Amino acid sequence: MADRTMSRLEMKDISIAFPGVQALSNVDFHTEAGRSHALIGANGAGKSTLMKVLSGAYSHYTGDIWIDGRKADIRSPKDAKDYGIQIVYQEVDTALIPYLSVGENIMLEHTVHGMRGKHFIGWSKLHREARAVLDRMNVSIPTRKLVQELTLAEKQMVLIARSVSMQCRYLVLDEPTAPLSGSETERLFRLVRLLKSEGVGIIFISHRLPELYEICDDITIMRDGKLVVRDEIARLEQQQIVEHMLGAKLEGQFPARERSAGEVAFEAEAISDGDKVRGVSIQVRKGEIVGLAGLVGAGKTELCRILFGAEPAFSGEIRLNGKRLKLGTPHDAVRSGIALVPEERRREGVFVDETVGANLTVASLGKYAGFASWLLSRKERAAAGDMIRSLGVKTPNQSARVRNLSGGNQQKIAIGKWLLADADVYIFDEPTKGVDVGAKRDIYELVAGLAAKGKCVVYASSELPEMMGITDRIYVMYDGRVMKELVTANTSEEEILLYSTGGVIR
Amino acid sequence: MKAAEAAKGNRSSSFFEFLYKYGTLITILFLIVFFSVMSDNFLSGSNILLILRSIAITTIIAIGLTVSLAVGGFDLSVGSTASVANALVISMFVWHGLNMGVGIAITIALCLVIGLVNAFLVIKFKVQDMLMTLATMFVFQGVALTYTRGATVSQNMIMPNGDFATGTIPKAFSYLGKETWIIVIMLLVVVSVHLFLNYTKHGRYMYMIGGNPEAAKLSGIPVSKYRLLAYLLSALFACVGGIVLGARVMSAEVNSGGSYLMEAVAAAFIGFSVLGAGKPNAFGTFVGAVLIGLLSNGLIMLSVPYYAMDIVKGSVLALALGITYYKRKH
Repeated sequence: MADRTMSRLEMKDISIAFPGVQALSNVDFHTEAGRSHALIGANGAGKSTLMKVLSGAYSHYTGDIWIDGRKADIRSPKDAKDYGIQIVYQEVDTALIPYLSVGENIMLEHTVHGMRGKHFIGWSKLHREARAVLDRMNVSIPTRKLVQELTLAEKQMVLIARSVSMQCRYLVLDEPTAPLSGSETERLFRLVRLLKSEGVGIIFISHRLPELYEICDDITIMRDGKLVVRDEIARLEQQQIVEHMLGAKLEGQFPARERSAGEVAFEAEAISDGDKVRGVSIQVRKGEIVGLAGLVGAGKTELCRILFGAEPAFSGEIRLNGKRLKLGTPHDAVRSGIALVPEERRREGVFVDETVGANLTVASLGKYAGFASWLLSRKERAAAGDMIRSLGVKTPNQSARVRNLSGGNQQKIAIGKWLLADADVYIFDEPTKGVDVGAKRDIYELVAGLAAKGKCVVYASSELPEMMGITDRIYVMYDGRVMKELVTANTSEEEILLYSTGGVIR
Repeated sequence: MKAAEAAKGNRSSSFFEFLYKYGTLITILFLIVFFSVMSDNFLSGSNILLILRSIAITTIIAIGLTVSLAVGGFDLSVGSTASVANALVISMFVWHGLNMGVGIAITIALCLVIGLVNAFLVIKFKVQDMLMTLATMFVFQGVALTYTRGATVSQNMIMPNGDFATGTIPKAFSYLGKETWIIVIMLLVVVSVHLFLNYTKHGRYMYMIGGNPEAAKLSGIPVSKYRLLAYLLSALFACVGGIVLGARVMSAEVNSGGSYLMEAVAAAFIGFSVLGAGKPNAFGTFVGAVLIGLLSNGLIMLSVPYYAMDIVKGSVLALALGITYYKRKH
């Protein structure tokens, strides 16, 4: 399996661009076999892109990759695998075939590439070999079990087993611990240590700082597509890592606001869904923008959906203006005066095949319906037209299909439909994701405008500058819990990030 | 050079756009011209009425299917529902001697139960609509068969105990199956569903649900309620189709509605593209049914044997689907 000699992997001067973005610029990265290397950076820093280059997902990068002092030309996943570089992506389900057995999934590459000239599968041999791989990893999953019956952690084990069943000198784990429980993480770490001792080089992408200290020897920090620091992890404090991840700040794109919060109007108490959200309590005052900070997977989206009645199975209490709400469906939430601008715009926020006008009025259609629910199209068009103008949506006319609009304009429509519906509580989940800079500023102003009108605003985002720029108060989430409540005026991005990564100030 | 290529691409895509929007209507015009040249009395008033009468039942059933398609569902049980309605309504008269109003009311009420069952199964178990209604299609087909004990229900039929059935089918009921009533009922159904889907809040919600169920849910639309409503309407129109069918043949044959399913599906899918709607719509469904009716009628006039008819109908459906899905991808 692993090469016992001290092998060395180097990536030199790597750059790659995508339309409109320079994703990586002149990045150097190196690690050795038998060591585990942490790769860390804020959202969009380029760490996943760098690892995709290494695993052959892109062919149009510039720069060189060297293995053991020899140049390795990696342009396809096959090339990378031939050099013994294996990657386990975060979305394990995309790499597994759910209705095949564990054994078949582990031996997939062998079945696909190693069957030249053979046409019959030797089932007992396949399961025997798969069993041998799992045994070596000290994992006891039956090889004849179907993958769809496995837990997430077990699926991850199957993927790692597939990697080590092939030639595996370097193993990249992309945020492997994000979906795992404490004991599952512990089991993964034991496996990582085992592989390390066998001479495999591990590259570990994670946002969780404390666990990096536990498992990693070296660390590389990236920011904005560039290398910032490479060092032994023991020589850096958590605080220092956070500072390196953040760098200098962008200012001036957020609207100036009068902060005048009224009494508490929207309250959620001890909200749990038994999985991703564990006992969260928040309060929002009238005219206040409350931030939900936290990394991807911290439970922000799930909390937002619960507050909107989109995940009916939850425990806890939600109150608006002192009245307890029963939220079984989003329909109930909308009737109670709650609006959600969801994270996945195209899938959840807008109807891409419908017109701009129909999208804007969908949440308030009752207002434009007369006798027998007959739609008063003149009234409807007038309302939609006003909203298009006041939001500055760039569209030829309101009969244009939303499909043809830019991401920023689509997001304005997803927000605009709730402005027409006139709710009391507005929940935003990553509203600026995939939105250009100009539209971002418009969205910040919309959010600020809602607060100025005395609405309650919940603003979930993993972008720290947004948290600092737009909110009054922040709940930092980690692992489904509120780690800390912060007043925006008295905090810093460093402090938010520290709590977001599960860190504690010592 | 590049501009010229782009212009060419544009031209071919706008030609395709035109074909997509007006292809069905042009085909209909073409068929009318073709058949009237090929046969003498194709364009006669009586033949036009004949065509409209022949498509009425298919259209009514297809409209029900269209409503279920509008919410992103697919009610394959419409044919069986029509069979049930046919058997029920005739038996109400022949077996139970009920008067016309009561007989029809009971039939409609029982068919709405079918819609309720479909909606419950599809919404609660989250099985794909087409699969679940495929199952219920068999169930309700069997229900109709069991109810009639596998026999044709008609006046003076022999009952299981050896007597003759004494009930009679009201004279007024038979008018429902003759022109002009059958045509009026069809047009009434088409127009009212067209208005409902395009000009009321409920219709708009249904299309929104069909377009993106998740976004519809997160916009506060009570999705399950509207899917239930769609299946109720689907069953209702299938039931009306079955009643009209009963009025037309004045009896209830075994599985009489089953043969309407495929033509209804074809009409509804051909209708997607009519005038560029790009989604299930009542007017398009009507046009689709007209196309199929014209084809059948014209081919009969040209003495094409009945057993070859399905080849032509199937090919037309394949063509319509080809155009619809090709457009969606490009």
